Amino acid sequence: MKKTITGAAYVVGDAIDTDQIIPAEHLVYSLSDPEERKYYGRYALSGVPKDQQGLPYGNRLFTEEDAFESAYTIVVGGSNFGCGSSREHAPFALQEAGCTAVVAESYARIFYRNAVDGGFIVPFESIERLVERVRTGDLLEIDTTLGKLANHTTGEEFLLKPLGDVAEILKAGNVFEFARQAGFMPT
Amino acid sequence: MTITEKILARHAGRDRVAPGDNIWVDVDILMTHDVCGPPTIDIFRREFGADAVPWDKEKLVIIPDHYIFTKNHHANRNVDLLRAFAAEHDLPYYYDPGTPSYKGVCHMALAEEGFNVPGSLLIGTDSHTCTSGAFGMFSTGVGNTDAALIMGTGKLWLKVPETMRFVFEGSLPPYLMAKDLILQVIGDIGTDGGTYRALEFDGEAVYDLPVHERMTLTNMAIEAGGKNGIIPPDEKTFEYVRARTDTEFEPVYGDLDARYHTLKTYRVEDIEPLVAKPHSPDNRATVSEVAGTRLDRAYVGSCTGGKLEDFVAAATILRGQEVVIDTYIVPATTWIGKQLHTTYIEGDTLYDIFERSGCKLGQASCAACLGGPSDTFGRTHGTEIVISTTNRNFPGRMGSKEASVYLASPYTVAASALSGVITDPREVLV
Repeated sequence: MKKTITGAAYVVGDAIDTDQIIPAEHLVYSLSDPEERKYYGRYALSGVPKDQQGLPYGNRLFTEEDAFESAYTIVVGGSNFGCGSSREHAPFALQEAGCTAVVAESYARIFYRNAVDGGFIVPFESIERLVERVRTGDLLEIDTTLGKLANHTTGEEFLLKPLGDVAEILKAGNVFEFARQAGFMPT
Repeated sequence: MTITEKILARHAGRDRVAPGDNIWVDVDILMTHDVCGPPTIDIFRREFGADAVPWDKEKLVIIPDHYIFTKNHHANRNVDLLRAFAAEHDLPYYYDPGTPSYKGVCHMALAEEGFNVPGSLLIGTDSHTCTSGAFGMFSTGVGNTDAALIMGTGKLWLKVPETMRFVFEGSLPPYLMAKDLILQVIGDIGTDGGTYRALEFDGEAVYDLPVHERMTLTNMAIEAGGKNGIIPPDEKTFEYVRARTDTEFEPVYGDLDARYHTLKTYRVEDIEPLVAKPHSPDNRATVSEVAGTRLDRAYVGSCTGGKLEDFVAAATILRGQEVVIDTYIVPATTWIGKQLHTTYIEGDTLYDIFERSGCKLGQASCAACLGGPSDTFGRTHGTEIVISTTNRNFPGRMGSKEASVYLASPYTVAASALSGVITDPREVLV
């Protein structure tokens, strides 16, 4: 995990479920084939209803129609981010689009676990609700050691919750490295 | 300790665990399907080597069920990948589409094939894996990475959850089903009210339910964010399991002094037929509050609402009458599909009742519950307003982002199919 993560924000609301992060019809693509996996980047967050895409504005696509990568690299969400199905394709799609971190008020557990165990994106929890404090396109900087988020567009700063138990897995890189350290996998 | 804590302790080789403990557990069964199986296999090979062998063939169950009856090339390719993997490793528990071994929806198939056993620990690459908890076991859904780790090692790390206990007292009124009970709970605690927690169900009304109906309660634990849903087993559970497997098991029960995060008691007579309005399973209303809402489509199917009991309920209402909106009937498994032809209500098979009522009958699979490829049976493509026995109604869940989905019991769905508007089943149940 990098010491600082910077990028443009993409803001969504509460209970962004995995069907909104990656609609089920796209789950047919391979996650390992270099040509096919790109489609996860193209369709990341494409299930969000139009008026909720890129708050507070709406109608702002995360990934432009013909693109495979997003111009936004930090997703800001409300409560229960990633609820719904267990599809690991969800954090994978965000990563494939170029996203490196999500900052949400809270997460559904399987999404959170997948994000960490697969090492796809870093799921930070904000202390206060940021959906109304950050606008899509704002330039954000996350200090991962101090647990701070700076909004350079508005000059505001916010504290993030400590990563807690999962910090060790994030530090190891993914759950396989973590399992090797625990002695459950050959090194 | 609670039943969940005790099962986790047993699988971690410990005498005791407490909520919040991070533990490594031994997995009894790993289940995967056609959406998450191929990427799990890719990660397994990446991490354990191209020639790696699953840790225990007897404990790996592969049940394709999501995208089966589609012309989508990539979806068909994914089933081919599972078939090849099963052949490569000579896996005994692979259920191949297009052959007599094909089952359909994994959570029901796990029960039918005897993989759900009291006291055991089952992990699946599907959020509704919590369904198996109806058999007094720990079960939860994970992603491909965790599944690949299990495939290679048989192990998984888990955080021990706190337990929320929901007791349903009284005798279930004839117009209610398990779906109404769980919509009541989800409406009370919200879609994140059970996050990181075990949801335990018991009480007289739960034990009066047939085993399959209990699965509707545990199935939707995830809709409240729960890690697992669980029902302590009883004689009905043992009878069901013993009829399907020779596996020996030791049932587990919580201690009398077990500590719960929440203890909530319901009198089932006080509960009304319920719906979850668009676009969230916790957006609860009583059927009477939304009665008269115009509908375009009715759907009976899925792991939570495509069981034999669900079709008996729907047929009870539809028998001798005609639906006025498109009504889709999708059995969860091929076994249930066969039962439609051999289960009678006053001399008519369920199949005949549905056909004469004008329903559209589909083949066993997940079908339109989660949208899927564009040619999926029953999938929405526009602004349809649907009433469905399925478990999720987030935007786009059944295919189209513009569609609206109401979740309800099979009684309520069938009653509404006859009128074309949301209808209280008490109006038509005699």
